[in-house]
Amino acid sequence: MESAATLPEWRANLATIAALMARAKNELLRVPGAAIPGVLAPTIFFLGINGVFGALTQLRGFSTGTYESFVVPISMLQGAGFTGAAAGVNLARDIEQGWVDRLLVSPAPRWVLLAGTVLAASARALIPATFVLAIALLLGAGWPGIDGLLVTYVMVAAMAAVAACWASALALRFKSQSAAPLMQAGMMALIFTTTAYAPLALLQPWMRSVAELNPVTRVVDAARQGFIGAVSWSETWPGILALTAMLALLGAWALREMRRTAA
Amino acid sequence: MSELAKNARVVRALGMRSIRQTFRRPQLMAPILVFPTLLLAIQTGGAGSAVDLPGFPPVQGFLQFMLAGAMMQSLMLAGNSGGIALAVDIEMGFTDRLFSAPIPRFTIVLGRLAGTAALGLLASLWFLAIGLIFGAEIHSGVLAALIAVFLVTSTAMAVGAIGAAIALRTGSASVVQGLFPLVLVVLFLSSAFFPNDLMIQPAKTIAEYNPLSFVVEGIRGPIISPVDATEELEAVAAIAGIVALGLLLSARALRHRLRVG
Repeated sequence: MESAATLPEWRANLATIAALMARAKNELLRVPGAAIPGVLAPTIFFLGINGVFGALTQLRGFSTGTYESFVVPISMLQGAGFTGAAAGVNLARDIEQGWVDRLLVSPAPRWVLLAGTVLAASARALIPATFVLAIALLLGAGWPGIDGLLVTYVMVAAMAAVAACWASALALRFKSQSAAPLMQAGMMALIFTTTAYAPLALLQPWMRSVAELNPVTRVVDAARQGFIGAVSWSETWPGILALTAMLALLGAWALREMRRTAA
Repeated sequence: MSELAKNARVVRALGMRSIRQTFRRPQLMAPILVFPTLLLAIQTGGAGSAVDLPGFPPVQGFLQFMLAGAMMQSLMLAGNSGGIALAVDIEMGFTDRLFSAPIPRFTIVLGRLAGTAALGLLASLWFLAIGLIFGAEIHSGVLAALIAVFLVTSTAMAVGAIGAAIALRTGSASVVQGLFPLVLVVLFLSSAFFPNDLMIQPAKTIAEYNPLSFVVEGIRGPIISPVDATEELEAVAAIAGIVALGLLLSARALRHRLRVG
């Protein structure tokens, strides 16, 4: 068996990322309760928002007859936001307990350490997304088609990566789990100040202005298209562009914080 | 000093400690003010056109309607946070030290509840201020504000008693923290965020019987319309029921905690 020292650099980096992702997976398997809040919160929000605000579809200008179809992509993205934020909280815990110090003295590049955390969050986000989707389909949400589903899952995984970058940057800056509310509130604000509850035309003027500026609105539109209509490239690419920009920006910030963190 | 005055001092000291603890730890403060405020803004901006739905009660705006819901969310989370803080005290051995002190045991729980009630008071004032700043009219004026403050503060204490009972029974902060989603469920299944008549089944039927719906209507009524004595009495009766349940559970849990140590 090849030792880490004899591996080419790119393979050693991949192995480190895989090991960090395996560690995140192990946490799920060994602490079964760890995934519950991330799954439960978006599911409760989905059921709650649907039960409470379902009558909004009676308003003129609503593009779909079933509120379940309209809201389920939001809940899936919310699950991604929670999962990404949880990755940041776990990183803060690892910093508090000294585990990150040990990682920092290893020869692994900083970006590899960050990539492990972020990619693990992306993979984990598929659990709440699938759970919420199953509940929604049972309750009558429209089937988005394979292409619609694929686009939604890509958006969910990438949104979790964005959330993980945001939360990791905060964890590395504050080095404390006390920053958890900021991680969660930031993602909540980003995801819900979009067309989360109603189409753009039905939002209050101030919220419409915010939603128009908020890049996550493009992500929501892309993730939602299969549930309320047909999938088109013109609805998809703005979502991809928005996610790429957010990932570049927040990833660069998280990496900067990682580099500033001394071992 | 009389026995009553001595106990009042203990409750006051423990209540002040609980308030300071909340302000010092962002994890405890955020759910009480930050999240409900954020959700209030999001729901008002996102679902504000709901006021145009046929059957929606006459209101000046959705913010005016939503203030009571935001206060309810805040006080429920204040009760939950109080339970978490008490459980942390148990885990860290602080409660054991209080048990060995020459003070009546019930003051330990009452001190925590006094702190929770103070946070409820803060929440009611906070959301009344938010409403006024952003243009919501308080229909019945000062009387509506006083009713809101009274109902929110007393419900916070009532809900806090249930949180305290669970903390005393389990002695585990993570168990009490795990109730957070349940708090949201109970809230969504009430008329906190939308008129009961416009909700979708089965949420509509559950909300009709949920005691929190009576409290919400008691707070909301004077904010959006003239004071209705029946509505207020129903709210007080609902709170009395929650208080009775909370105190009964707390008393039992306290006995259990003293037995198991």
